Amino acid sequence: MMGLPAATQGLFPVPQLEYQNLAPVLIVLAAALLGVLVEAFLPRTARFRAQLVVTFGGLLIALAALFFAGNTDGVIAEGAIAWDGPARFLQGLILVLSFVAFLLFTDRKIDPGRDAFAPRVSAVPGSAEEQSLTEKLVQQTEVYPLALFSVSGMLLFPAANDLLMMFVALEVLSLPLYLLAGMARRRRLLSQEAALKYFLLGAYSSAFFLFGSAMIYGYANSLRFSEIAAATSSQSASEGLLLVGIGLISVGLLFKIGAAPFHEWTPDVYQGAPTVITAFMAATTKVAAFGALVRIFYVAFGPVREQWLPLISVISAVTMLVGVIFALTQREMKRMLAYSSIAHAGFLLTGVVALSQKGVSAILFYLVAYGFATIGAFGIVTLVRDGAGEASDLSAWAGLGKRSPGVAALFSLFLLSMAGIPLTAGFPAKFAVFSAAAASGASWLVIVGVIASAIAGFFYVRIIVLMFFTDPQDDNTTVAIPSLATAISLAVCAGVTIVLGVLPQIGLEVADRASLFIR
Amino acid sequence: MKNVPWLLIAGLVPLVGTALIAVVPRKSWVRGIALGTSLVTLAVVIAMATQFQIGGPDKFQFVTTYSWIPAFGVSFTLGVDGIGLVLVALAACLVPVVLIASWRDVEPPGSIKSYFGLMLVLQSMIIWVFSALDVFLFYLLFEAMLIPAYLLIGRFGGAQRSYAAMKFLLYSLFGGLIMLAALIGLYVASQTLLGNGTFDFQTLSSLQINTGLQNWLFLGFFLAFAIKAPLWPLHTWLPDAASEATPGTAVLLVALMDKVGTFGMIRYCLQLFPDASRTFAFTICILAVVSIVYGALVAIGQTDIMRLISYTSVSHFGFIIIGIFAFTTQGQTGSVFYMVAHGFSTAALFLIAGVMMARGKSRNIADYGGVFKVAPLLAGFVLIAGLSGLALPGMASFPGEFLVLVGSFLRYPVLAIIATVAIVLSAVYILWLYQRVATGEPRGVVTEKFGDLRGREVWVFVPIVAVMIALGVYPQAVTRVIEPAVQSTLDRIGAVNPEPTALKPAASTKETTP
Repeated sequence: MMGLPAATQGLFPVPQLEYQNLAPVLIVLAAALLGVLVEAFLPRTARFRAQLVVTFGGLLIALAALFFAGNTDGVIAEGAIAWDGPARFLQGLILVLSFVAFLLFTDRKIDPGRDAFAPRVSAVPGSAEEQSLTEKLVQQTEVYPLALFSVSGMLLFPAANDLLMMFVALEVLSLPLYLLAGMARRRRLLSQEAALKYFLLGAYSSAFFLFGSAMIYGYANSLRFSEIAAATSSQSASEGLLLVGIGLISVGLLFKIGAAPFHEWTPDVYQGAPTVITAFMAATTKVAAFGALVRIFYVAFGPVREQWLPLISVISAVTMLVGVIFALTQREMKRMLAYSSIAHAGFLLTGVVALSQKGVSAILFYLVAYGFATIGAFGIVTLVRDGAGEASDLSAWAGLGKRSPGVAALFSLFLLSMAGIPLTAGFPAKFAVFSAAAASGASWLVIVGVIASAIAGFFYVRIIVLMFFTDPQDDNTTVAIPSLATAISLAVCAGVTIVLGVLPQIGLEVADRASLFIR
Repeated sequence: MKNVPWLLIAGLVPLVGTALIAVVPRKSWVRGIALGTSLVTLAVVIAMATQFQIGGPDKFQFVTTYSWIPAFGVSFTLGVDGIGLVLVALAACLVPVVLIASWRDVEPPGSIKSYFGLMLVLQSMIIWVFSALDVFLFYLLFEAMLIPAYLLIGRFGGAQRSYAAMKFLLYSLFGGLIMLAALIGLYVASQTLLGNGTFDFQTLSSLQINTGLQNWLFLGFFLAFAIKAPLWPLHTWLPDAASEATPGTAVLLVALMDKVGTFGMIRYCLQLFPDASRTFAFTICILAVVSIVYGALVAIGQTDIMRLISYTSVSHFGFIIIGIFAFTTQGQTGSVFYMVAHGFSTAALFLIAGVMMARGKSRNIADYGGVFKVAPLLAGFVLIAGLSGLALPGMASFPGEFLVLVGSFLRYPVLAIIATVAIVLSAVYILWLYQRVATGEPRGVVTEKFGDLRGREVWVFVPIVAVMIALGVYPQAVTRVIEPAVQSTLDRIGAVNPEPTALKPAASTKETTP
């Protein structure tokens, strides 16, 4: 253990683990491993049902375990993991969001090829092998264990209390996502390109994170957040190492949340990945990564805020503006939603800049509002189709409100929430982050945020106008009838969006109580 | 009767009506339900008004509070002072008339449910926006109103409706978001001053926010209200929106929703930011005078009836705004009175124009002529509505315009004199309109088949004209209700009516010279 003097390190001590608190993570990991066994030993026909039981059962048990794990804050697992309000809140949120997103995975009614995933990822796009697999309606189910592995990493990421654990969690959550991004049944080349891009850039940013951790270790002689904080407030020597370390770690984390100027991967990956995977990762990765980002900046680098606050403020402003301005010019629905998620990363960063407990609770609430609206919006995208798969070009959405008023209204609801229109969850969320930032004196950032919101309002409303007030351009577009699971998933997202919009107090109170980091 | 939540009920009745309209199986019942609900709302508001104590001990009456988002210090609080009351009453009076006038705008196979349902939703929001005593609630309704209004313009209107609705939405959304920034600033200011952030209007209106911050917050709120009102140079959305909308929607838009802008200036700009209001008053008065003269001049040049009426409103809103920022009892009382009077006279103008356009199928003034020969009753109402618009003595607008001019003359004589020129201009645009449309031989789209007003249409205009004449003859009925609220607003700003000194020396010199 790093902090201990050399004399006591003669023996390798048995680490003391609080299994009760670690249970959610362990259960999800166990379910993932079980899923691998299912893939290996069960006949192809039985796998789908078995995977459903393992996946959803695992998530539910993990949620129950989280519920019964206790509310006493503390640093657990020999200091590697923090068990505090934000960690518990975000773990719960990630589990619920994953559950809702996985419901979308199971849909076998929308696509004539039965589901959204390629029959065999290794098959060369357009080859005879792929052709025959498609004709035989071969399904693969390895997406479930892969996604579960990713979820276990996400659960650890916002709870990690030292840089090494954080790095491990980062890798565990990222590696399966790289694979998942390449699994789209339709537009295989685009999907594989997305996976490769995501992998290369992701690996690059992980290297930055690791390099930064090394610098911080050189500076603080520890990887533990509390000890980094203590080192920053006591010593003044070799500040260069600290600054370089903060910078490099920021690059790694800002890449994950998709903040400018590290956002370039987002539209390509969101567009190329199977839409249900996009729904999953757009929502949960952002939740996990923001949890980690906020923890590291508040707990480890809190004492040297004057060093990084200006940088993060500027990045927040740039991210908001880049997100909304590029979203304006998009002609493709998934790319537009990708840029909108970049803008949301910017809005969330204003809460980080607030650097107060109010800021943390605002971020937590915002993540809830954002997560459900995002899954809902991408879920709707899977339904609107033309001959070649999803009709993602904006023109195909024209006049949708006349043919399927229900679907169009639901999509409008999610867009309005993202735009932050009152009486949807997005409004109190935006209000909370902006007021927290303003209370900490970042008024200029709030003004930029409000201007960005105005621009954002324009492109969200434009889609609604397109759906309701424009005549359809071609008749190829159809709206698929979803399976029950997809319908439930969309209903949950809509329900949360409306309830938290009309009665935000419920969510705000929980977020408020969960907003204190243990140090 | 003291604890009846009048305002809550008044806003809920239209919502219940909307719900009924949504579930009712036959489209032919929709209009009846809509009219019935709006009459019930009117009855509720009249019953409430009889309970109102003029100059009572409480500044705000009929106050009801429900906890809503304690985390942000937000509550669902409703209550009115005299100004709020007359505007709520205006909304309750105009909507039934608008519904009758819009009877044939959409016929049963069309989206009749959405048309009348949206109108009722809009009425409910308007009633609550005038009675919100929580700044957050006000902002919420101020923004939420845009949705039904946008849909009413964008779905049921002229050929350019989509463009007009978008322009309206973008302008309003922009203003609203700037106001949101100011709202957050206000919340943070209350946090630092009180320790606990709040949006309660009565608490906020007794805060002493430092002057520098006040200026910024004032500008944030004022910009949103100036777009809504609309004040030159932020008025360009109005002629498009009002001319592309159906006449009924145009009335809701110009006669009611735009009043939220001027109402907001009195309620929020002046009372939350008194120092800043004094700082900016003169600049705003200059803009208002530009609005008055510009609106009138441009109205003269219009070839489209609806656009002409819209520009007259730009001019009239200028009067209302200069009256508010002159900080005199007469000026502000006049402004509020004018808000009510303008509501009725603009409604009359838009609706009578709508009746004419329903027959002639054209908005172009040049297509009409000699209406008086074929439809004397219609032409007569055009003249009456027009005369009320140009503030003829005896009509409702006259006391309003007169009080505004007197009130602003005391503070800014030169501006008031320039504003008075607009009275002449208003006679030009109204009388010239009447001359082109109604006099001479029938021509253009005016033929024998044109037809005079029929039963339903007469019932649209009789009540409006009756109210206009009643208010013109006995303005006291309304000014009495307004005055205590105006006085307390002026006390908050610390404004005292200036003595009319300009006349005294002149009078005394006359006496001394033999």
